[in-house]
This record gives sequence, C-alpha cells and structure tokens, in this order.
Amino acid sequence: MQTANLVIVLLALSAVAYLLAHNRSVSLSRPLGGIRHLHSLPFYYGMHATIWCALPAILLLALWLMFDDPVISAALLNGLPESHQPVTVADHNLLLNSIENIASGALSREGADPVLVHAADQLAKMRNIGSYLATAVVLSLGVLGLGWGWVKVSPQLPARQQVEKVFKIMLLSCACVAIFTTLGILLSVLFESMRFFKSIPVTDFLFGTEWSPQMAIRADQVGSSGSFGAIPLFVGTLLISMIAMLVAVPVGLMSALYLAEYASPKFRGLAKPTLEILAGIPTVVYGFFAALTVAPFLRQSGESMGLQVSSESALAAGLVMGVMIIPFVSSLADDVINAVPQSLRDGSLGLGATKSETIKQVIFPAALPGIVGGVLLAVSRAIGETMIVVMAAGLAAQLTLNPLETVTTVTVQIVTLLVGDQEFDSPKTLAAFALGLMLFLVTLVLNFIALRVVKKYREQYD
Amino acid sequence: MTEIKRSHAETIQRSLSKRYRAEKRFRAYGMMAIALGLLCVALLFVDIIGKGHKAFLETSIQVDVTYDAEVLGITDLQNKQQVALADFQGLVKKALQKKFPDVSKRKEKRELFSLISSGAGYELRERLLRHPELMGQTETLWLIADDDVDTYYKSIGSKGGAFTGRTSELRQGWIDQLEQEGAIKLGFNTTFFTSGDSREPEQAGIWGAAMGSLFTLVVTLTLSFPIGVSAAVYLEEFAPKNRWTDLIEVNINNLAAVPSIIFGLLGLAIFINFFQVPRSVPLVGGLVLTLMTLPTIIISSRAAIKAVPPSIREAAIGVGASPMQVVLHHVLPLAMPGMLTGAIIGMAQALGETAPLLMIGMVAFIVDIPGGFTDPATVLPVQIFLWADSPERAFIEKTSAAIMVLLAFLIMMNTLAVVLRKKLERRW
Repeated sequence: MQTANLVIVLLALSAVAYLLAHNRSVSLSRPLGGIRHLHSLPFYYGMHATIWCALPAILLLALWLMFDDPVISAALLNGLPESHQPVTVADHNLLLNSIENIASGALSREGADPVLVHAADQLAKMRNIGSYLATAVVLSLGVLGLGWGWVKVSPQLPARQQVEKVFKIMLLSCACVAIFTTLGILLSVLFESMRFFKSIPVTDFLFGTEWSPQMAIRADQVGSSGSFGAIPLFVGTLLISMIAMLVAVPVGLMSALYLAEYASPKFRGLAKPTLEILAGIPTVVYGFFAALTVAPFLRQSGESMGLQVSSESALAAGLVMGVMIIPFVSSLADDVINAVPQSLRDGSLGLGATKSETIKQVIFPAALPGIVGGVLLAVSRAIGETMIVVMAAGLAAQLTLNPLETVTTVTVQIVTLLVGDQEFDSPKTLAAFALGLMLFLVTLVLNFIALRVVKKYREQYD
Repeated sequence: MTEIKRSHAETIQRSLSKRYRAEKRFRAYGMMAIALGLLCVALLFVDIIGKGHKAFLETSIQVDVTYDAEVLGITDLQNKQQVALADFQGLVKKALQKKFPDVSKRKEKRELFSLISSGAGYELRERLLRHPELMGQTETLWLIADDDVDTYYKSIGSKGGAFTGRTSELRQGWIDQLEQEGAIKLGFNTTFFTSGDSREPEQAGIWGAAMGSLFTLVVTLTLSFPIGVSAAVYLEEFAPKNRWTDLIEVNINNLAAVPSIIFGLLGLAIFINFFQVPRSVPLVGGLVLTLMTLPTIIISSRAAIKAVPPSIREAAIGVGASPMQVVLHHVLPLAMPGMLTGAIIGMAQALGETAPLLMIGMVAFIVDIPGGFTDPATVLPVQIFLWADSPERAFIEKTSAAIMVLLAFLIMMNTLAVVLRKKLERRW
C-alpha cells in the first residue's frame, strides 16, 4: 500500500480507537453512577487508546521509510555476482541507478546486461514484498494498540495523566527540533568539510590568495589542480558588506532616531510601516533591481565621469544590500532607543540641553551597546546575504578593495559550486561545504556576541 | 559678581544660535535619512512596475488559417502518432505567406515566418483536436506573436523611440503593414498566467512556479505551524529553568539569524544525500523552509502566549484544571490570533526565499505544471531568478511582471496579518 494511503488508514483506525474507548469508558461508568466515578473524563480514555493505536505504528512507519531503501539496495548488491561488485562509490551509485532504470522501464531490458535485468526483477520483487510487509506490520501494530487501549479502559486508569505526559513529551520534542537543526547543520557542513580538507590543506584554504575551483577532467589539462585559496572571497564578502553597512547604519540609525525623538505620532505611523516594506521585499527582487537598474546606472555615471566601472561592481551589490538592511538596523535601533528610560531625557532637557544635544550626549551613549549589537546582527545578515550578490556581483575572484571592480563572495561561490551537475567526491563540490562552514561559524559568533550584548543591555534598564 | 553673571548669560546667549543651528542640522539629517529610505521604496516600485506593466499585454497577429490536411500530413485525426508528427507550424507559415505573397527569398521567408511564435502550432493542434470538423476549413484567428515582435510593437511610440533589437527593417515594415490593416493588436496576456516556464518568452508563464510555491508552502505550513506552536507552548508554559531549556533558547535565537543559504546546505546534505529524497521537489523545499521559518514562528508564538495575562491561568487552575488543560482550553485559544499572525509572516518569508531552494535543485528548467508534492517544480522567486538570468530582452518584462505578482501575494499576506492582528487581538 502507498505510504499516504497507509497513513490515512492509520488515522481512520485511531479515530475508531477513540470512539471505542470513549464509549467503553462511558458504558463502564454507567453501573457506577455516571462518568464522575471515572478517574478521567471519557475524552482522555479516547485519547489514551488513540495514542496507543497511532503512535507506535507511525513511529515504526517512519523508521521503515528511513531504512527501507538502503536495506534493499544493500541486499541487492550482495546478491550480485563477484564480477559486478562495485569498487568505488561512484560505481556503486551508477550500478544502482541502472538497475533502477531497468526496473522502472526507463532503460530497455533488451540489450542490457542479463545480470542487471535479473537484479532489476529482484528489486521490483523486494520492493513489492517490502511494501506488503510494511503495510501488514504497521496495520497489525495499529490494531494491537487499539486492542490494548480498549482493554486498558477501566475506572481506575489514570488516563488523563498518561495522555498529558505523552503530550508533554511531544511538546518537548518539538522544542528540540531547533537543537537538532543546529546539530544537523553543523554535522552536515562539518562532515563534508572534513572530506574537503583531506584533499586540500586547511592552511591553503584559509590563507591562499588564489581561487579557481575549476577542476579539469583529465590530469594533463591546464589548471587541472584547481586552487582553493579563499582569501579573495573573504575580502570580497567584507568589501560588499562594508559598503552595505556604510549605507545602512547611518541611514537606519538616523531614521530610527528621528522617528523615535522628533516625528509626530502621525508621521511615525505612516513612515515606519513604509520603511518596513523594504524588509519584506524578497532578496531576489533586490538582486534584479541591483543587476538591471543600479549597476547599469553606476556604469553610465562612472563613464560620464571618466571612471572605469565594472558592470558587476561591488558598489552596486553593496548599495542595494545596504538599502535592504536599512529597516533591519532602524527597527533594532528603534527598540533600543525606546528602552532608554524617559528620566534620562528629562534630566538632560531640564539642564537646558537641546534635543539634538540630548540625543548625541545622553541617549546615544546610553543606547550604544544595544546599537552595536544591532549593527553586528546586521553585519551577519550582510555576510550571509545570497541572492543580491549572486545576481549583481561577479564570479571573478579578484583580490581588490576597489569597489568599482568585480569581486565575488562566499555565498556566490557556494551557489555556483552547488547549482547544476555535481559529483559528490570532487573537492570542487566539497569546497562549497567548507565555505558554508566558514560562513556558519562567522555568523554564529557574530550572532552570539550580538545577542549577548543586546540582552545585557536590556537587563540594564529593566 | 553681577558682571560675571552677565558674561555667563552672554556666553550662553551667544552660543545659542550656534546650538540651534546644530539642532536644525541634526533634524535635517534625520529627515534626509527617512526621505532616502522612502525614496528607495518608491524607486523600487516605480522601476519594477515601469519595466513590468507591459508584460500583462501580449501582441497577437491576425491571419487566415486553413486546416489543410496535405500540409499537416494527417489522414486520420484519431491517429495519435500522426497528430503528434503533424506540421501545424506549417499552417502558420502558409497563412503568413498568403498574407504577404510577394515574399519569396529564402532568408526573407524565414524572417516572415518568425513573426508568429513557434507556440502557435500547439495552439492550432489543440483547437483542431477540440473541433475536428474544422479540418479543411479556413478561419480567421489571432495568433500569438514572437517575442521580438512583441517587444518592438509595445515600444512603438515610447519616449526613446521604438526598440528594434533583433527586429529587422523588413519585419518592421511588415508590422507597420499589419498595423494599418488592423491585423495586429495588444490583448490581455493569459499565457503569462496559465502556462509553465518556456525558453520562448512569449510562451513563458508563471502558473507552474505559482503551483510549485503553493505546494511548497503547504508543506511548510503543515509542518512549521504545529511544531512551532508546540515548541513555544513548551518553552513558555512547561519548561523547567535548566541548562537544557537555555540551550534550546540559545539555539532558536541563533537559528533565526543563520543565513538562509546554510539551510540549503543542510537540505542538500541531509535530505537529498542522506535520505535520498528526490531533487527539485516541493517536499524537500517545504522541509528546508520549515526549518528556516521555525524560529520566526516560535518567537512570535511565544510573544502571543506571553501576552495572555496570568490571571486567566490562575483562574483556570483555581477551578481545578490541570496545567495541560489550562494551556489547551484557555491559553492557546486566546493566543491563537497572535500565533496566526506570526505564521502568516513566516509564510511570507518562506514565499520570498530563494537561496536555500537553489541548493536543493529547485532551479531546474521545468515546463510541466507540477501536480503534487513529489513532482519536480520550481517556485516563484526562483523563476524570477531564472528569468532574470535569461538573455532575451522580453524576459526583463516578464521578470518584472513575475515580481509584481510575487509582491502582490506578499502584500496580501502581510495585510492579512495586520488585519487579523487588529481584528482579533485582545487588549488586556
């Protein structure tokens, strides 16, 4: 049976379990004098049976789905004669693929290796048996659970406590998804990076100044080794982020200060949501804007001033990224400024300071830690931003600080290395994961410091 | 004594004008910053709308098409193979030749035939299959024009003069002639809303990407909303104050700030390489976006739960409810509007996300309209990215139009969130 159908049947079964157990608890309570003589409400007896019916079966099904394919392919490969045993991982996948294709009919059976045809038949048979087996086992587990839940119903059963315990565990496991995600990210990136660093030394990667990940297919081709010095990428990333910050920090900060301290409530109510539109626009739209409007404009105005501006200049990407980050900086700064106690303002104004003097000499210093935290978060946003740079910045890994030239960034390289055909063993693909690791670590540290600073700052005035 | 006082007052008096000037300057900087921000919003919208509004119209050309069995090479309409091989584009060519009989040179002929899109043949095939009685008849049809013709025709009369691009003077002459005959017109572009991707700009549409986005979002919503709400409930109502809880909180806050492309790497390494889920399908896209939007939903749900006053909880506990009953019967229903708002904002974020989906192969060129969670698909933002990369000039217009559609959806979702918050949220 198909998985979706199986799940539907299981759900129906658990609904039946609910009804049966619910009714049984009600009928058991009748001779005692009503449901108030039960330990729990009938609802909990119903849920108790439902949990017994559905939870083990669904867990088993999930396990089955996870391990079904690897087990079948391992069994399949074991059944192959010695001459067909794969040697490398690539061979292994190729072999499995061709068997798969023969089985699904995408590859003609005639003319194919008879051993493979036989294996394909074997595969179809095993899949068939596997799916029958899964259906039978899962359904019988469901029915068993239903029976157990039904039998257990008795006026003394603490159904509510048990059901609530299961609920609580489910809530806890949902909360733990966040931990597993972080772990998953770390493991997947780390694992592939280790494989990368096996072929390319870490120092070459971190301190090399030449980046050309193109690996030639034959050893005697030009540039067959590829070089993976990531310094140009780091410099490019920093350059673009710096340009973005030069736009976003002053504009974001000043607009937050103006909105918080000067603007009338009406103007604030109008301008703030309008500025926040910028935060809601997808990054791919900014990328399009940068590549098709800002970059040509910069190029033309550069030419009219006699400057050579690359059509994929760091400046265009950085400016647009800065615009994207303005609302981010301004809303963070706004929070921080509003957290500064009114008494500080009143004290300063009472001494005769003008509003701007109060802002510059009292509010700003008081809010500085929070603002620094916000700026750090913004920097981590800029470093990790992908679409704008993919669309507007170039691919050429030049080591330059000139914003009018083309630079490339870490995220751009990750995308170019991983989009399209990939072989999973080549350092070229694995390099993307090493870059991902760097990106993850840097943003993690930035975020960690920033969140700490902001939290400390909040506590100061709470 | 009085002299000193006066001099103090004088110093202050004298410095006042300077200080007021500084005050004014500071204020002006603030206004400039806001003006700059607002200008950027305006510029972005004007630019996109200016580039894209014409994509909602398409150029079509009127010709007399004869369903000539000989040209088609069809003897029997029921024969599927014959119909599949039939030269429907030939009908278009014949019709064009009839319209411009004096074109005879090979090269000129080729130019002439490319006035009408290569997709017109498919249109004719559909039409003939639906109305088999048309065989051998002649009818007057509006056929969709080629993208170069479309671009040229739309740009006639614009400020910078017509954009000719690849449209030769010969073709321009024909188009002018058609114009005089009234045989070329601009109509509403239904193709754009009903078809999938295509290499030919005039046949490309966003329906396939929109369906892909829909399937992806359905997966994201069904997973991230329950998980996010459960996590928020646990953290706010049940979690003991210990290291494990701290770890969860730190993780959530950090994940909220992890670059989205990292989630793509996670999806590639875990879902695709480890679990062998097929590439390019909405299921994987949805899973990745679930992990990405989860922190947003958890954080907003926690805020909504926090906003429910403790008196409600105390009252429920006072009449004998268990902690779980307090949450399920009282806190959750009261916090639901806030949670829904958070979920909608999370979905808006997921709808606009591109980078992680590039990693898991949703960037493939897919013509068919996806029909399920495991059909290869692409999503709206990725479609925008793909079109933005295409060299044909007509795709600029299409890209901008697709952006307008995407922004319309996002604005709708955000407005819905705001309305929901205003309508349902209770002030305690």
